[in-house]
Amino acid sequence: MKGASKEPREPVVAGERLADARRVDGNAAAGIMSELFVPDLTVAHAKCAGCGTTRTIGALLVYAHGMGTVVRCPGCDRVVLRIARTPTHVWLDATGATSIVVSRSAE
Amino acid sequence: MIPVGTAPRIVWRLATVVDVVPETPRTRTLVLDVPEWPGHRAGQHVDVRLTAEDGYQAERSYSIASPPEDPRLSLTVERLTDGEVSSYLFDELHSGDKLELRGPIGGYFVWDIPVGGPLLLVGGGSGIVPLMAMLRHRSAVLGTDDMERHRLPARLLYSSRSWEEVIYRDELARLAEKDPTLEVRHTLTRDHPDRWTGFRRRIDRTMLEEVAWPASEKPRVFICGPTPLVESVATNLVGLGHQPALVKTERFGPTGGSI
Repeated sequence: MKGASKEPREPVVAGERLADARRVDGNAAAGIMSELFVPDLTVAHAKCAGCGTTRTIGALLVYAHGMGTVVRCPGCDRVVLRIARTPTHVWLDATGATSIVVSRSAE
Repeated sequence: MIPVGTAPRIVWRLATVVDVVPETPRTRTLVLDVPEWPGHRAGQHVDVRLTAEDGYQAERSYSIASPPEDPRLSLTVERLTDGEVSSYLFDELHSGDKLELRGPIGGYFVWDIPVGGPLLLVGGGSGIVPLMAMLRHRSAVLGTDDMERHRLPARLLYSSRSWEEVIYRDELARLAEKDPTLEVRHTLTRDHPDRWTGFRRRIDRTMLEEVAWPASEKPRVFICGPTPLVESVATNLVGLGHQPALVKTERFGPTGGSI
């Protein structure tokens, strides 16, 4: 797995990027995140510890592997969240997120 | 959004298949009765979990095809080659069978009336499913109210390999026929019928310029399909001046993702 890269990269919606069919949207992590958090985290905002950009988690990129789910920043490719499931636990590494902000009110 | 503190935890539920509707040679719709379904918004998905006798579990996400107004939950599934879940759902599941699912999931890729319009939908293959839920919802709420329809016009650009593989083909034609504010455009990338007058290539910037509202109209854009299609369309629309925040995407990969 690649570590945090300081090299700036173009965001997916504005530039070219190697095609990777395994890449899906933050939306795809909603199910596993619901095992950790009651609020829907796909509409929460996360600040990337790599480039400092704040984005809706649904707009981040998800790489789903057999072992778990890796959520990356589309701006700098830094891993923002890693979630893995074992037979007995759900494990979250959120060191790539400086903050996660959840709205307290209805839209 | 449901306020924090009142949001129900998403739990696994046992649904019953009440009908199986063939859509295209490779897709069918499972109509489900889900006990105590809390309701959903157009564009959301469910996780489906299959458990083998030895305890092995496989989980996949499927977009909801039915609008919130429909008492039954519909999932349209595509039979993928080597798809361990999709082949079960496609070949083995019949009326009366049970299916374990949880949802609704995901509040990001959703559209309903308060989100506003114009509504621009771009889909590829089975990526039409969540977009169809949006169109069905729009039709169910607006009905024949001409003023409301003109306030929330919708356009769908839908890419399929062939005419036979266009999912919801007849329903899309019916919806567009009775609603002058809904425009449905097809592109067929492999085979097309004789005298086909629609597009016959992959979606490109020129096609988007022709079909999409200009960026100044601030359409709410939803793109769903295979990753390369979604990324190409999103890149082109942002290149045409659409605000990234108004362009929402749902890519699906080969095994996970929404089908």
